[in-house]
Amino acid sequence: MASIDGALLDFKRLDQLAMGNTSLHRLDPRAKVLTTIVFIISVISFNKYELSALAPYFIFPVALVALGDLPPLLIVKKILLLCPFVLMVGLFNPVLDRAVFFHLGPVGITGGMISFTSIVARSVLTVGAAIILVCVTGFSDICRAMERLGMPQVFAVQLHFLYRYIFVLIDEGGRASRARQLRCFGKKGLGMKTYGSMLGHLLLRTWMRAERIHMAMLARGFTGEFRTRHEYRFGGREALFLLGWTTLFIVFRFVNISRLLGAFFTGNFQ
Amino acid sequence: MSHHIVEIKDVHHVYPDGTAALRGVSFRITHGESVAIIGANGAGKSTLLLHLNGYLVPTSGEIRIGDTPLTKTTLPEIRRTVGMVFQEPDDQLFMPTVYDDVAFGPYNLGLPGPEVEKRVTGALERVGAGHLVNKPPYHLSGGEKKRVAIATVLSMSPDILVMDEPTSGLDPFARRQLMALLHDFKHTKIFTSHDLDMVLGLCERTIVLHNGEVRADGPTMDIFRDDELLAQCRLEKPFSMQGCPVCGKGA
Amino acid sequence: MHMADALLTPAVGGTMWAASAGTIAYCSNRVRNELDDKKVPLMGVLGAFLFAAQMINFTIPATGSSGHLGGGLLLTILLGPYAAYLTISSVLVVQALFFADGGLLALGCNIFNMGFIPAFVVYPLIYKRIIGANPSPARLTAATMVAAIVGLQLGPFCVVLETWFSGISSLPFSTFVLLMQPIHLAIGAVEGVVTAAILSFVFKARPEILRTALEARPIGNQSVRNVVLAFLAAAIITGGFVSWFASENPDGLEWAIAKVTGKEELKGSGYWFSDVLGSLQEKTAFLPDYNFKKPAEQNMSQDQPVAGSREGQPTDDGSRLGTSVSGLLGTFMVLVLALCGGYLLKKRNQAAG
Repeated sequence: MASIDGALLDFKRLDQLAMGNTSLHRLDPRAKVLTTIVFIISVISFNKYELSALAPYFIFPVALVALGDLPPLLIVKKILLLCPFVLMVGLFNPVLDRAVFFHLGPVGITGGMISFTSIVARSVLTVGAAIILVCVTGFSDICRAMERLGMPQVFAVQLHFLYRYIFVLIDEGGRASRARQLRCFGKKGLGMKTYGSMLGHLLLRTWMRAERIHMAMLARGFTGEFRTRHEYRFGGREALFLLGWTTLFIVFRFVNISRLLGAFFTGNFQ
Repeated sequence: MSHHIVEIKDVHHVYPDGTAALRGVSFRITHGESVAIIGANGAGKSTLLLHLNGYLVPTSGEIRIGDTPLTKTTLPEIRRTVGMVFQEPDDQLFMPTVYDDVAFGPYNLGLPGPEVEKRVTGALERVGAGHLVNKPPYHLSGGEKKRVAIATVLSMSPDILVMDEPTSGLDPFARRQLMALLHDFKHTKIFTSHDLDMVLGLCERTIVLHNGEVRADGPTMDIFRDDELLAQCRLEKPFSMQGCPVCGKGA
Repeated sequence: MHMADALLTPAVGGTMWAASAGTIAYCSNRVRNELDDKKVPLMGVLGAFLFAAQMINFTIPATGSSGHLGGGLLLTILLGPYAAYLTISSVLVVQALFFADGGLLALGCNIFNMGFIPAFVVYPLIYKRIIGANPSPARLTAATMVAAIVGLQLGPFCVVLETWFSGISSLPFSTFVLLMQPIHLAIGAVEGVVTAAILSFVFKARPEILRTALEARPIGNQSVRNVVLAFLAAAIITGGFVSWFASENPDGLEWAIAKVTGKEELKGSGYWFSDVLGSLQEKTAFLPDYNFKKPAEQNMSQDQPVAGSREGQPTDDGSRLGTSVSGLLGTFMVLVLALCGGYLLKKRNQAAG
């Protein structure tokens, strides 16, 4: 099944990017996680008709892509897979909210159009921020950062295990579904009965794998505690990163840079 | 020194569903020996291995590692002494990075940070995987995974090394490398395998299990020469002992 | 149906986040105290299983469309509510980070809709009740079906509520409900059938796995009630705090800044710019919050398409056009500048590295 293999490739790709060695990658993950949270909160705190003030926020993802040496096209492609639900709900805005705000030539620009565009811009920014965070930090480091910021260890361990075995299980699921595809001779689609037993099989194999992993853990003296090394240091560079960006986000939040810039260049000072 | 001895006395194991997997298995493996446990599928090899570090408890019989009988209280000590490498490295490598995985055992032993660091580096160097230290396990090849899996056990400095199917799933080159590596270990070694050529190369002694019983126990060469025994136990001679299919000459 | 950052306000998102995080902490504690090491790898691997399973699609009979397993209920039946809640949450975290499903702030909502509801609402109140003291495969199927359908009515209803409270979408509440609920009736039925099929397969192959699911062991209603109460308390406290914050001051951030800088009114005063810039900013406001919002809302309530604002404020249109064009131009320029800046940064980076 293409989607399964595709997902695995995507995972590997993002994971590989996270192993980069730029100064951004080397930053303590906590600084990056916190900055991203501040970024997302400031972006979505605007009222729904705000559009121009969102533009300066694009500086953050763009700068991180540049500093982290990430392939811009891949990031754009990932972002374009925007959650379809947002678009579906957002599309009602232009339909329902048809108060014309201004005319651009013969076209009446309505509030709904603006709020829809604003929703799309928000999506791009928030989704982009999350993906870029993964690419410059890596999943494990995000988990460790969250753990040090107070996330319970049990949940951190759960995230680690989940992530580790996603690679194994996607592979296994892909094999099962390929095996089925090869024997259904062009008949499209997977019936519910086959689906139930296929997933049932997968579930049983997964269960047995968990038992074997548990065995392997016990064999190495597992007693319920996890200890790993932590070698991160929240130093001057991290503080600078966090404070610098936060300040910038707050400035963007209260000063509409786009509007100012536009006003200067059109001379529209009335 | 005495830790390196494994003694199994009349061990029986019956699974909850009533299957008798082991029916009175006894043997003694002494210091520095390299022993293969072979047998057809379902002969009881895996069940036997799981007894060696106390994951399964015998229905009856006794297991001693060195001077220590295997009981609930001695379990932690036994598990440190007997290093077990499972067949599927994906089950053994569950931590985010190779480092964390190799450090998992030493941390559970309660060792201090610098000592853990030393052990991790040492174990990875030993298996020639030092350069993989910061990689996540899902980016490793099959042979690399296997070697790291061995390192996760070596870092606990076990006296006895138990491996289930060490060469399964490896390409010929990785298999050869692994065998050379295992050959150099001075531990007491116990393998199960269907790779009889590996057995021939690595183990001076072989125990043949059949239907949960020890069918034969002796020098590897003697066992592989016994055609009748092999046929009864659904086994075959190693390829290196069979006639050459091209020139027709015997080995 | 993943909730998304873009449809949320910080107040709603933050409230749900706090409540979900609190529940995660509580469940982590519970799971830790159960002292069942075995669950550690099991939860992790089953999370990965759910992940893989959601990528395998099946065909829904007679419709030609395809669906996939949601799995919240399945995991709860297999693992029990606490472990299942953590497992589902972890899957949602990975989806938010890697697959653009929702977003980081919407995680709180998603964890509630897809984790809390199956584990702490549907499982104890419906599944456990139906399966009763004498479980049988038939009862298992019935309980699974009903629980799945109810769960997939409640979850989407929460999506509607969260969207509606945030007010970023213009969809009226009733319309949204009518859009979401019937579709999810069908989705819930399919989820029920699939979950029951998987469970009956497992039941045949390895009944001992389902022992906990079939056992009439009391689930400890007391503690489930604790979780629900704790969640509500966290939500009310955070929500109350945030909404107080928000109603006093339309923007909590602004309020915080005002506190810090000691100025009461920030908006339009451009506190660090000269007066010229300040007044300029006010005049060129691209989309001032309220003079625009009002006609839009009137319009909607009177159900008169288009009309309205132009007649109401005809004189404004021209000047608005001017300011809007400059706003658009500015937006465009900022975006171009950001891209160029990025390009230069990258060049410099490459030259340095």
